[in-house]
Amino acid sequence: MSAPNKSYDPVEVETLKPEEIERMRDEALAAFAAADSLDALHEAKVAHTGPASPLALANREIGALPPHAKAEAGKRVGQARGAVNKALTGRQAELEAERDARVLVEEAVDVTLPYDRVPAGARHPLTTMMERVADVFVSMGYEVAEGPEVEAEWFNFDALNFTPDHPARQMQDTFFVEGPKGDHGESGVILRTHTSPVQARALLSRELPVYIVCPGRVYRTDELDATHTPVFHQIELLAVDEGLTMADLKGTLDHMVQSLFGADMKTRLRPNYFPFTEPSAEMDMLCYVCKGASVGNPDRPCRTCSSEGWIELGGCGMVNPRVLVACGVDPEKYSGFAFGFGIERMLMFRHNVEDMRDMVEGDVRFTRPFGMEI
Amino acid sequence: MRIPLSWLREYVDLPATQTGRDVQAKLISVGLEVETVEQLGADLKGPLVVGQVLTIEELEGFKKPIRFCTVDVGQANGTGEPQEVVCGARNFAVGDKVVVVLPGAVLPGGFAISARKTYGKVSHGMICSSDELGMGDDGTKGIIVLPPETEIGIDAIELLQLVDEVLDIAVTPDRGYALSLRGVAREAATAYGLSLRDPALLDVPAPNAYGYPVRVSDACGCDRFTARTVSGLDPEAHSPIWLRRRLQKAGMRPISLAVDVTNYVMLELGQPLHAYDRARVEGAIGVRRAEPGEKLTTLDGVERTLSDEDLVITDDRGPIGLAGVMGGANTEIDETDGTTTDVVIEAAHFDAISIARTARRHKLSSEASRRFERGVDPQAASAAAQRTVDLLVLLAGGTADAGVTEVIAPTAPHTITIPADHPDKVAGVAYGRETVVRRLQEVGCDVYGQDELNVTVPSWRSDLTDPNDLAEEVIRLEGYENLPSTLPKPPAGLGLTERQRLHRRIGRALAGAGYVEAPNYPFIGEQVFDQFNLAADDPKRRVVKLVNPLSDEEPALRTTLLPGLLGALRRNDGRGSHDLALFETGLVFHPREELKVAVRLPVDHRPTDEELAPLDEALPEQPRHAAVVLAGAREQAGWWGKGHPSDWADAIEAARILARESGTGLIVRKGQYGPWHPGRCAELAVVVDGAERVVGYAGELHPGVLKTLGLPARTCAMELNLDVLEQASAGLVKSPHISTFPVATQDVALVVDEGVPHADVEAALSEGAGELLESIRLFDVYENAEQLGEGRKSLAYALRFRAGDRTLTVDEASAARDAAVALAGSRTGAVLRA
Repeated sequence: MSAPNKSYDPVEVETLKPEEIERMRDEALAAFAAADSLDALHEAKVAHTGPASPLALANREIGALPPHAKAEAGKRVGQARGAVNKALTGRQAELEAERDARVLVEEAVDVTLPYDRVPAGARHPLTTMMERVADVFVSMGYEVAEGPEVEAEWFNFDALNFTPDHPARQMQDTFFVEGPKGDHGESGVILRTHTSPVQARALLSRELPVYIVCPGRVYRTDELDATHTPVFHQIELLAVDEGLTMADLKGTLDHMVQSLFGADMKTRLRPNYFPFTEPSAEMDMLCYVCKGASVGNPDRPCRTCSSEGWIELGGCGMVNPRVLVACGVDPEKYSGFAFGFGIERMLMFRHNVEDMRDMVEGDVRFTRPFGMEI
Repeated sequence: MRIPLSWLREYVDLPATQTGRDVQAKLISVGLEVETVEQLGADLKGPLVVGQVLTIEELEGFKKPIRFCTVDVGQANGTGEPQEVVCGARNFAVGDKVVVVLPGAVLPGGFAISARKTYGKVSHGMICSSDELGMGDDGTKGIIVLPPETEIGIDAIELLQLVDEVLDIAVTPDRGYALSLRGVAREAATAYGLSLRDPALLDVPAPNAYGYPVRVSDACGCDRFTARTVSGLDPEAHSPIWLRRRLQKAGMRPISLAVDVTNYVMLELGQPLHAYDRARVEGAIGVRRAEPGEKLTTLDGVERTLSDEDLVITDDRGPIGLAGVMGGANTEIDETDGTTTDVVIEAAHFDAISIARTARRHKLSSEASRRFERGVDPQAASAAAQRTVDLLVLLAGGTADAGVTEVIAPTAPHTITIPADHPDKVAGVAYGRETVVRRLQEVGCDVYGQDELNVTVPSWRSDLTDPNDLAEEVIRLEGYENLPSTLPKPPAGLGLTERQRLHRRIGRALAGAGYVEAPNYPFIGEQVFDQFNLAADDPKRRVVKLVNPLSDEEPALRTTLLPGLLGALRRNDGRGSHDLALFETGLVFHPREELKVAVRLPVDHRPTDEELAPLDEALPEQPRHAAVVLAGAREQAGWWGKGHPSDWADAIEAARILARESGTGLIVRKGQYGPWHPGRCAELAVVVDGAERVVGYAGELHPGVLKTLGLPARTCAMELNLDVLEQASAGLVKSPHISTFPVATQDVALVVDEGVPHADVEAALSEGAGELLESIRLFDVYENAEQLGEGRKSLAYALRFRAGDRTLTVDEASAARDAAVALAGSRTGAVLRA
């Protein structure tokens, strides 16, 4: 810095001349405007606002001015530096915004790329179908009961009014379990042929009234083919309470098919025979696809119900009072209803499964599309 | 039961406009399961006429014998000239009456007939076989030769009753009476509100002492035996067309007149009958239980060794029939040489259970046994015998002998008392007393009483035994379709049990982790235990065996889920899906230490708990297991980088998923078991009631096992007992206290011997760090002999410390870390990595 020079005329100091200051300012503004990158702007910043920049040097000369000239020169330089800094900040923001926008463009990806790093798993539709049906009743207050798959004949047959020589017992194609004497002599133990033994178990072990559903695996000696499987699934319902009627059975069935297939659904009962219910009925549901419109209408055939208008679901009826007696329930006071049907069948017509084998072979291509719920 | 509609109309005046489909709908609504309505001759179109063969010229030079015939068809061809027809059959002669189809006709199957050149001649039509007319098997295997008296030129469609509808009814086991025209006609009459012409209402002569001698020595097995005899039958007589046609339509094959007549009456009345060649029966007919080991050759030519429970028909020589099931060959009506002129007719009633057991014991189900098992009307026996006699006399010119034998054990009609409103209460519908009484009468019951009804059931309804049986009759005839729809209100339930929710959670968690559920059959072969390297005394080798398995290869029930699940893995792999993660939850079956018989408890009252307990003790243990198997890539390679093969760690992680879902701490330690790779097998354990229990194993499978089973290399598996896992559940989650003070993080790298398990080091660190430790995580495992020394490894842990009430100082965190390292050092020999 120069020493104060009292004889000095500010006008004489070249760098502090107004036109000089303006020139310095304009040069800085032009440099900033010309900077086309943040790096270039940084260089211009050093050149025009740094300690060695003309305006900084000019500022230093102010101190050498006589007092009377200082104010004016200071003001002039200050204004110029203010304008330069403002331009710098503005340009800086502009260039940063440009850079940010460019980065976003550069970071763009192909969002259509797959990401099947760990392929999705799935639960088997037989499992989820059973849960779905059970849930209809659980939400009404029913509880889910379970029983063993290897079962005593007494529970599977006798307690359900299948007498030892009844033709119905022979029709069940039962797997028998070897007893203490090997395959000679009866063990009284079988693979359950239906979920109905759970009825007897529930009545023997639960407080009345009883409202249960029982989904589960059952066994019959059928060879596996497109429409049969020796291992299959049923869901069973049992309600025993005071004053239950066949109308209650009908209403419960209607409620079920409405919950599963829509509000305009209904069921139909046809007389049938089962030892453990009396009266007994076969239950059909309205075809949920054609709603019966295909009947007698060859132009609009329905594959789901073979143009019958109804789909056979399973068996049902009023619990035979003999079953109640065998389970210690007073048939004078209590009555009940029960029904059961095959889950495989429901899966077949609800999801167009065409071959029973698809449901038993565990092929991941079959199961995956069903996901977590059904 | 096949019911020709034309035959049914004989007993009920169904409106002529009613089609088979209409009748089907009506019968279904009253409870007969009419499965199909067969349209016989629906696509048949004449002219189909009776002709007489005038000339036969044998054509030579063809691969098979061919005949060129002229046939007199009267005026049916419009000209009266003989019809020239080529025919390949040979079972007819000049002068025979045959069925001729003329050009312009269409035979079943849309087979249009026109004059056409064949074998060098022009054939103006065809001489027909029963097959070509869709009549079913008549046993001739040739063209139809009609009785000589048949008129030439008449319409054969009408003559052979080729157009008809046949209802096929699946008769439920309780409704034996519906295995007859009579029974179905009764239902049809009720369904249409018409009256029934009961074919069993016949005048029957009173029994007398001159009949064929019959001795029934087992009145429980046979409570009724009617014997009639007919003499002087024309052995040449054949069943007339109408009789043969009805049998065919009902699904039976015409055989000989006597047999055809007994079958016809059985179809009509439901009463099985047997006709013996009287010349071949020696002495009195008897009914008794067989001697054990006694032999009888039945009509099907099979020699049967009898049991002392079998009911037999005998003559002086011994058994001549298996009562109610099948006759014996030694008294068979002669079919071939036509020598039978005198017959003994048996119409008996046998005990349903006895017949069922005999049929089952000899694996011999016949038309007769099917009916007796399901209940035959005992009161119809005499009428059936009479009907048989009448038909034989009518069709074979015999004489009904005056002797009538009837052996009858006295039985009382069955009476049931019900409140008159019982059906109303069962149905939930107010039918009213009048309707109830009327419906029961329509069924055939006698009904007396006002508020209490005394109902005597008809002899043909042995299935009506209980009040609810009567309720069903009323409700079905009033129409199941008219039942209202009401909803009962169950009490508020408890929802799913914790166990049931756990099973669902586990399924979802595994599926969420990429596993696909594959439930498998529980049938296994025991050779799998050898393939799995199980020790000779491994408890899994004790299996529940089936008496009648579907396959002799797989006679046992699984004790492990892996054979089935690995089978599913192999199947998928074979079908081109190689990256696999499968799971299954399901029961396995372990026999009890001591095998017991599950006794048959009474059913007329509730068995006591003491009586019931042995039933469950006779059942195998049936715990629920969960298992996973993995092969191929767990993570696929892709644009993101490399993939990752499924390995032992995935299998063990699957067990951790299950433990997490059941709220259980899982103990994982080095193990060795059966099919697993000895160096890559974890034993899985949990703590139940303070005691540690091994629940399963996880890891990579043994390469040798994989090779034996034909499975992909490096296949991994996990299996554990879910029931025990569930018992170990900690119950409700207790909410942790969440501190908002800052965390202090400290990393440590410890060098230990290679064989020291991470779990031990981590446990020591956790314990040593004390309660300020919030979490610990292993983030690196490093082995480098140069830096660490041979047989050493470095384990790097991130420790996070936090206090609930203050910000920790660096010194506090460091002190806790040092304490952790010190304990790890003393427990496992770990030293801080330099």
